[in-house]
Amino acid sequence: MDYTVIIGLEVHVQLQTRTKLFCGCSTRFNPDHPNTQTCPVCLGLPGALPVLNREAFHLGMKTGLAINCEIPSFTKWDRKQYYYPDLPKAYQISQYDLPMSQNGWLEIEIDPETRETKKIGIIRAHLEEDAGKNSHDESGRGHDSKVDLNRCGTPLIEIVSEPDLRSAREARTYLEELKLLLTYIDVSDCNMQEGSLRCDANVNLHIQQENGETIPTPIVEIKNLNSFRGVEQAIEFEVQRQWEAWQETRLSLHDVPKETRGWDADRGITLEQRGKEEAADYRYFPDPDLAPVTVTDAERDKVSSELCERPALRRNRLEKEYQLSAYDAAVIIDQGLAFADYFEQVAKGCQNGKQAANWVTQDVLRELKEGGLEISAFSIKPEVLAALLEKVESNEITTKSARTVFQELLKSEEAAPGVESIQSIIEDKGLAMVSDTGALEAAVQTVVAKNEKAVADFQSGKQAAVGALIGQVMREVKGADPKVVRELLIKKMS
Amino acid sequence: MSITSATASELLAKMNAGEVSSEEITAACLAEIARRDESINAFLSLQGETALQTAREVDRKRKAGEPLGKLAGIPVALKDNICATGTTTTCASRMLEAFTPPYDAHIVERLRAADAVLIGKTNLDEFAMGSSTENSAFKITANPWNTKCAAGGSSGGSAAAVSAGFAPLALGSDTGGSIRQPASFCGVVGLKPTYGRVSRYGLVAFASSLDQIGPFARDITDAALLLETIAGKDQRDTTSLDAAVPRYTENLEQPLKNLKVGYIEHLHEEGLHEDVQKATQQALDVYQSLGAELIPVELPHARYCVATYYIIAPSEASSNLARYDGVHYGYRAKQFDNMIDMYAASRGEAFGDEVKRRIMLGTYALSSGYYDAYYLKALKVRRLIRNDFEQAFQKVDIIASPVTPTPAFEIGELTDDPLAMYLADIFTTSANLSGIPGVSVPAGMSQNKLPIGLQLLAPPLEEERLLRAARMFERETDWHLKRPE
Ligand SMILES: [Zn+2]
Repeated sequence: MDYTVIIGLEVHVQLQTRTKLFCGCSTRFNPDHPNTQTCPVCLGLPGALPVLNREAFHLGMKTGLAINCEIPSFTKWDRKQYYYPDLPKAYQISQYDLPMSQNGWLEIEIDPETRETKKIGIIRAHLEEDAGKNSHDESGRGHDSKVDLNRCGTPLIEIVSEPDLRSAREARTYLEELKLLLTYIDVSDCNMQEGSLRCDANVNLHIQQENGETIPTPIVEIKNLNSFRGVEQAIEFEVQRQWEAWQETRLSLHDVPKETRGWDADRGITLEQRGKEEAADYRYFPDPDLAPVTVTDAERDKVSSELCERPALRRNRLEKEYQLSAYDAAVIIDQGLAFADYFEQVAKGCQNGKQAANWVTQDVLRELKEGGLEISAFSIKPEVLAALLEKVESNEITTKSARTVFQELLKSEEAAPGVESIQSIIEDKGLAMVSDTGALEAAVQTVVAKNEKAVADFQSGKQAAVGALIGQVMREVKGADPKVVRELLIKKMS
Repeated sequence: MSITSATASELLAKMNAGEVSSEEITAACLAEIARRDESINAFLSLQGETALQTAREVDRKRKAGEPLGKLAGIPVALKDNICATGTTTTCASRMLEAFTPPYDAHIVERLRAADAVLIGKTNLDEFAMGSSTENSAFKITANPWNTKCAAGGSSGGSAAAVSAGFAPLALGSDTGGSIRQPASFCGVVGLKPTYGRVSRYGLVAFASSLDQIGPFARDITDAALLLETIAGKDQRDTTSLDAAVPRYTENLEQPLKNLKVGYIEHLHEEGLHEDVQKATQQALDVYQSLGAELIPVELPHARYCVATYYIIAPSEASSNLARYDGVHYGYRAKQFDNMIDMYAASRGEAFGDEVKRRIMLGTYALSSGYYDAYYLKALKVRRLIRNDFEQAFQKVDIIASPVTPTPAFEIGELTDDPLAMYLADIFTTSANLSGIPGVSVPAGMSQNKLPIGLQLLAPPLEEERLLRAARMFERETDWHLKRPE
């Protein structure tokens, strides 16, 4: 007996608007000052009415288009009704049967070896308002529970995938690719710690019987997945648990209703959850307070034209256009849009993509990490780095000297030293490549004369002996090109 | 003519002529309330002190020649489901008995900007659910013409206040007839504007797709004046209409030429009170004498109005009232075992029977498995009802009908028979379901000395036509000049 793992993900992403979905309150993450970002609308006070935030709808359209969805010309708002203290109206304004985008896909790489990719279907992506946050007395002494409504009304887009994912690993890859895409198109910061990206996973197994029949096991929705690792581990656990449960009970999807389990990251297990999910009838109906939204072809095209190149396409292009390794291209893309832009400016400026990639993924990235900086705040601007690398390309300075210049630029008192700083540092430090062969030859002469043993070693076939001599010459003549020095030494000693 | 029986327009003229001050008018209204509201019960709360302060401030501005609003110094009463800062908005419910809104409704902002004097909050059926104001958790409003009779509802307090001489103007809300029916019972003018003509921001929602705020007044001119003060687009209510607001008072006196008045034939046969039938016929005769053409209209789906209404309105209500759960504000039960029990106990203790009945009706109609058969079907019928009116208004300019099948019934007469009470909404709900404007104008008296109203309906946003047609009738009759005592 064998089985196939069937996974679909429901991802809630907080859209980065300044204000909430249906009122003017700030969406800032502000748990230390509960209930300060509220108004009659998001508090659900009697008589208050929602007004659609057009920016949220715009970001929703951007998201839908980025995941290759259709954007229907007509969409509406529905009330999803349930009682919970974090939901002051006792309904959530969401979208039920006519979502604002549907029938899309996201391509992921499922095998890094073969570079095989797979399109994961997306059923729908719809807008809805977030709920507030409850905090309960954990002491067991029965103190009051508290409700913070700062988050209540924040715009979310819920992206529901087809059950196309076949392993925990694929689910994680899908989620990572989705996060990368959404940060690229600048609709969300996708910060899982602050809850701006949340994921529920629907998991079951298709058991292949000896007789060729396939039996689906009961579907389990796993909640409380708040890290990429958590998603992967929880699904792995759940697959194993369902396999064992199947062997024990032989219960199929038709015997048991959908179950909700929560992921306990500390214990590494999923646990049966009780709560609002049990009352499954949300009594959805169209919200009479909000007019339906119509979208024209022109509006859709306009949003489409605002979309930047998707990360997957850009990754491929970087590989081809700059002859990068898949690894380098992925590292660059994973750092986000601004970083990839930085790389491309450097690569174009110095005319050597490979060299630009080395510098950007090593030197630049190291400095960013150490300084805890964003690329936009990095003091060496791409045109400056490009100019520096160009000097290496044209043999004006050595790579080693370039690193010295790089460090000097970082120490500069200017917020963003200009291209001209490069030349002055080269001059100050005497890093210019020595093209005066007379001085070089003299130095080679001196070094060869002083190192009889090394010369003898070399002449007896020990090529490595040259290395030590190169270093000595370089110390004599700063800015000497090691390749030239090597050639001169070999000529001299042969 | 006494101050308390004068119209707002008359009082404005007197104030401008220096014959009377706003303070005197306001004090006279408060005195009348003090004298008689114990037997009428129109008000749930009075803002006498702040009203007098506002009145004095308006008097000062008027004396100093400073710019004044349209309603400068006129006392206005507000139905207690319209939010205003500085006092409670109870919706006549134990649930919101202590609720003071932190904001003004859009129309309250408009009234304050127009220098109106907000005098008090009036009684209603709890959360505007009812047709008699008997469903108020606090008191039953009596009809000023006969205190044994109901004032009608749900805006019974506002209608009674204008009728009894407590305030020349009042605001109500109309979801299925809640302005027009009490206006008819109390012998005053009551107008339900086109859906979206007036912002609902700050009106505590009963059924969002049907609710509309509108004026009560002693004549058509005052109703026009109050409507032009409160109408217009409000960014905070996306269902409010972005259409220019005509100066309704300006050409009110110009009769409509070649007016075509539609009337409904077959409705006249079903359980219509003889006096009501007579008054309606006499009104049609008045129009005919003015040169109007009377044309029978077909509204084939009219008989489904009440059924449709009593699915859509409770469905929306069940959702709108879910927020009153004892968690964030409003009534919370003292005794409960857990969270679910807290919800159940708070709602069970604080809502009255009629509210519970409608919440249950609506919850049922929206439930999975019943949605298609009830709510969705009701929406389809609603569209057909709207089509009926669209077609009828191809042939006629306005439609005239009774407001209610009978004059005011006695208090307690129908409380044990909610279905009979619902069926009395037969003439009024269609305007809400189709979103069109309607007005009730005084048009007769029953043999028992109770007022009878005439309902006029017009196409969407044709309030100007509606008011001018109503004024044509009013000029020929003196029903609007009668006052109770
Ligand atoms: Zn807010």
